[in-house]
Amino acid sequence: MKAPLIHRSPMPGLGLSMGITLTMLSLVVLIPIGALLLKGASYGPAGIWETVNRPRVWAALFLSFRLSLIAALVNLVFGVLLAWVLVRYRFPGRRLLDAAVDLPFALPTAVAGISLTALYAPTGAFGSLADQIGWKIAYTQWGILIALIFVGLPFVARTVQPVIEEIEREVEEASATLGASRLYTLRHVILPMLMPAALTGFALALARAVGEYGSVIFIAGNIPLVTEIAPLLIIIQLEEFNYDAAAAIGIAMLLISFALLLAINLIQVWSRRRIGHV
Amino acid sequence: MHPILTNARTIPAQGPHLTTAALRRLTARPIHRLRGLAAGLALATLGLGSVPGPALAQSLLNVSYDPTRELYREINAAFTAFWTAQGNPAPSLEVSHGGSGSQARAVIDGLSAQVVTLALASDIDRIAAAGRLPADWQSKLPHNSSPYTSTIVFLVREGNPKGIADWGDLVAEGVQVITPNPKTSGGARWNYLAAWAWAEKNGRDPREFVGALYRNVPVLDQGARGSTTTFAQRGIGDVLLAWENEAHLALKEIGEDRFDIVVPSVSILAEPPVALVEANIQTDDQRKLAEAYLAFLYSPEGQAIAFRNFYRAWDSSQAAPEDVARFPALELIDIASLGGWAKVQPEHFGDGGIFDQIYVQP
Repeated sequence: MKAPLIHRSPMPGLGLSMGITLTMLSLVVLIPIGALLLKGASYGPAGIWETVNRPRVWAALFLSFRLSLIAALVNLVFGVLLAWVLVRYRFPGRRLLDAAVDLPFALPTAVAGISLTALYAPTGAFGSLADQIGWKIAYTQWGILIALIFVGLPFVARTVQPVIEEIEREVEEASATLGASRLYTLRHVILPMLMPAALTGFALALARAVGEYGSVIFIAGNIPLVTEIAPLLIIIQLEEFNYDAAAAIGIAMLLISFALLLAINLIQVWSRRRIGHV
Repeated sequence: MHPILTNARTIPAQGPHLTTAALRRLTARPIHRLRGLAAGLALATLGLGSVPGPALAQSLLNVSYDPTRELYREINAAFTAFWTAQGNPAPSLEVSHGGSGSQARAVIDGLSAQVVTLALASDIDRIAAAGRLPADWQSKLPHNSSPYTSTIVFLVREGNPKGIADWGDLVAEGVQVITPNPKTSGGARWNYLAAWAWAEKNGRDPREFVGALYRNVPVLDQGARGSTTTFAQRGIGDVLLAWENEAHLALKEIGEDRFDIVVPSVSILAEPPVALVEANIQTDDQRKLAEAYLAFLYSPEGQAIAFRNFYRAWDSSQAAPEDVARFPALELIDIASLGGWAKVQPEHFGDGGIFDQIYVQP
């Protein structure tokens, strides 16, 4: 028997809610991305490849994705730790700290970029200390990394926090009564439960970092092949009124991001299976 | 035809298409109330559309580039006084600032600027290529449509510790040069071309010289103001290549005791042009206002304001003598002697052009 194309849900309101969802999605997501792909299609795969297959573009793409991955990994570890501290401990100023976690979302990225540059430049508070041991932060890849960690920080903390809140004390107590050490409980009981949420946060932080422009541009130095990020190359192409090449680099970023997010999704499915529910 | 007026006329025409059945489907409210609402809406739209023409014409949007904020703040105040003194109602003048290239793109994409005052003729050429003003725009106003000019000078740290006197000193080992990215900044293209012109004059291979210069650049900011901040506030670099007006402004704002201006032997005659955007002129009154605004830039009063804001203007008859005396004489090369923007832009700054080849050998 052939399965019907649309399963009629017993819940009312499918038509209306689906209509609104699709309209909103189309207006703000699907149509703009479609326009980008259309622009790329009119340019042709050969043209896109020719634009992307240049040392400078590869260097920028490699830089953007490499630093975004590192930043997301740092945020993965730091974000889980942060969520743990915020949920499990009671200390004065906890609510303030909790609210401060969201600041990177609220602050205009340019403001973030300028303040980070002011702090980490050789004349800045941290930059001058680092300068004494010969470590340059602003205007190097370190600076870009710091900006990317900043913008991605809330994601992991916010996705993991509710999961930690839901973990029953009894689970840990049972583990302890069965003779497990604290570290063993953490590694084999707690972390697997946090894994799916943490991976979601990781994927979000990664996606955010890949597309980040506003804050990075102030701290990067923007030297071709060294500290030039891929979004800047797109802006440069636009400055030359070269819309095709800009779309080509945009599509390349879109494809790589899509592949990465897909991979993360698969890991997520696998990690969920491992803890016993899909 | 004014777009708002056409709009107002089409709204009532749509009325009959909204059948009662359609209205019932849209809402459960009594239909007569909705009819009233629709009529009210149509009236409101008509009211919006019937704003009298002259009131609209009294607004003017000037789309400019980054370092002209202070200049046009003064120009607008002086022009408003001049225009009202002639018996006209006070105009509403707005200025938008940003990178020259992105400002040009905004106008091409539909930003309704009646006047553009950008950093490079090639940016206005782009707007002309999009059909918003005639291709021969640059011949419509005196001096290549550039009411004021500037040049590129060096800003060095107090006492000039690295002893920088001319372009040749910039490629020395250990000298860090701060200049914005010519790909994203109009001003930076003038910097680059000034260095190129000096090398040509002094028998150096310009390609090699400019390459060596940019290899001494540790930070390529997006625009002129960004570079000024990097040099002045972040303490990066030994010398900033700057618009002459930016260099003087930096001295005025940040302190004369922290930096010195060094004027090289040769530099470029930077001509930031102005133009009327024909396609965005809606009424004859607006045209009159826009034309008067541009003419005011060339008037002795407008020129005096340009001098006061550290631009090299043409007519010093009303300018304060100290504003004029500030500019030392130096050899200025104009863009025409390098082949004009139509040739220079793609050759040097186009995709894979000479600037790109500094970083990536083809």
